[in-house]
Amino acid sequence: MAVLATLEPTSRAAARGWSDLTIRNLFILPTIAFLIIFNIFPLLYSLGFSFTEYRVSMNKPAEFVGFRNYAELLADPGIWANFTTTAQYVIVSVGGQMIVGFGLALLLNRPFPFKGLVTTLLMLPMMLSPAVVGLFWKLLYDPSWGPINYALGIGKFEWLTSRTNALFAVAITDIWMWSPFVMLLSLAGLSAIPKHLYEAAAIDRASAWYTFRRITLPLVAPLLLIALIFRTMEAFKAFDLPFIMSTASVETVAISLYQMAFQGWDTGRASALAYIVLIVVLCITNIYVKYLNKVKER
Amino acid sequence: MAAVTSRSQQFTRPLAIVAVIVVTLVFLSPIYWIASTAFKPRNQATSVPPTVVFTPEVTPFIKLFTKRVQLKEKVDPAVYEAAPWWEKAVYDGGERVLKVGDEPQLSQYPNRFWNSLIISVVSTVLAVSMGTITAYGFSRFRMKGEADLLFFILSTRMLPPVVVAIPMFLMYRSFELTDTHIGLIILYTAFNLSFSVWLMKGFIDEIPKEYEEAALVDGYTRMQAFFKIVLPEAATGIAATAVFCFITAWNEYAFALIMTNRRAQTAPPFIPSQIGSGLPEWTVIAAGTVLFLLPVAIFTFLLRNHLLRGVTFGAIRK
Repeated sequence: MAVLATLEPTSRAAARGWSDLTIRNLFILPTIAFLIIFNIFPLLYSLGFSFTEYRVSMNKPAEFVGFRNYAELLADPGIWANFTTTAQYVIVSVGGQMIVGFGLALLLNRPFPFKGLVTTLLMLPMMLSPAVVGLFWKLLYDPSWGPINYALGIGKFEWLTSRTNALFAVAITDIWMWSPFVMLLSLAGLSAIPKHLYEAAAIDRASAWYTFRRITLPLVAPLLLIALIFRTMEAFKAFDLPFIMSTASVETVAISLYQMAFQGWDTGRASALAYIVLIVVLCITNIYVKYLNKVKER
Repeated sequence: MAAVTSRSQQFTRPLAIVAVIVVTLVFLSPIYWIASTAFKPRNQATSVPPTVVFTPEVTPFIKLFTKRVQLKEKVDPAVYEAAPWWEKAVYDGGERVLKVGDEPQLSQYPNRFWNSLIISVVSTVLAVSMGTITAYGFSRFRMKGEADLLFFILSTRMLPPVVVAIPMFLMYRSFELTDTHIGLIILYTAFNLSFSVWLMKGFIDEIPKEYEEAALVDGYTRMQAFFKIVLPEAATGIAATAVFCFITAWNEYAFALIMTNRRAQTAPPFIPSQIGSGLPEWTVIAAGTVLFLLPVAIFTFLLRNHLLRGVTFGAIRK
């Protein structure tokens, strides 16, 4: 049942040309149909496969196995290790982005020459292709001639081969790419804080730390939270950067999913893992949209 | 009290400016490094200690675009003298440009770049045009379950590409769409469509309804009002959305890696794949990277006032 926003359905203007109802459906339904055909339908298709034993590479029809794929995945220590790696990656990388990004915003939240240019330049990393960024950070990290080892004076430090080092190395690249995102949101929050609050705090001789804790932080918090949720979701899906930089050492869930589906061709099992990932992502998306709408309403 | 704040700001100012300069230089140094590598002589790209001062040359770009083989023996001086400057540059590096007749053979790079361009442009046009009309529909008309529909639309964007790629790969295989331009165009359109709807809804919400209402009273139909009043008003928003969609498609890696390998392969999976064989020629890879990143860098400057809106799907405006 449609309720029209602007016009009475019986009015003269609404009667000319197509009705508003027709136009609304004509404008909205193709998009919905497109997304159902190319997103939802394929997902239902793979939901079916997740209950079967099926390999694309073989000419055998899919064989129904019920919940066996799910049960095996959840009992597989390898998969849990992938989830642990991903969780560690999320914590290091998103934590770093929040600190660096918010720090940058506090630094930039003052007048200085060429402010617009500097802010835009700092934003550049997050617009670049993660695959290509991963590639050239590999060059920077090279143990024997990379400029990072040379600049830090740490000899032939292996950034990308051991598991712990690689996790941090990839996370550092991710922090470089995405701190600007946190900075952008924080700057928006900081610039929206009314100046008179700081003036009042100055009259009351409040300490800098007290002012920060009681005025700055609470007022930027909603936007920081949005940045946190969004980056957490993206880091959970991390594929491009770790895949290019260090497939073997930083095996995130997305990478093991890729390997299971497109290198091992274990389609049934991969579909089941895809569904586990999907449910996690949808939960985070739900939280994200809730907060997004909350901030929007203010 | 105004004096208090300004005095404290004055106190921190020189220090803060130094900090801003240092931070900016540190942040941009990786980009500077890859860009400078693209102009380095080959032996200086991986030298120890790293080369900072060097005589820039464009040889890496010539190598990027041509097919070459190692020279087995020294070039005949007469041949060398007769060669154009760009061919001499390749000879100087101990290699020879492969030719068909007199025409130099092109490497795969221009083809991959072209694939990226055509796929990004077409998918952007589709995603933005569908997104704009859908956004108008959501902005101006009420609908039952509107919030749920909008959430559904956004959630399709959040799906990890690898998750979507598993069933899509199976379907593409049966429709013979793997490694085709149209296959990637469909995927990128779907991926960008939800973003485009959300971002455009933000822009269209800002156009006062009264404009159209006045036009309707003047005898326009709703469609005429949309095309003649709303679209021109939304032009900036459409342009910003298009640039965002273009960048997303241009940068996309996972789908391209899975769905293409030759004919329709785009630059993001191609550029890293050059490392695989033998000793990587970093100067040439850097040259390819620089050309690939350049359009995005330019677009980032054009977009600078819309970045916040773009990264929050239109939810937060300035």
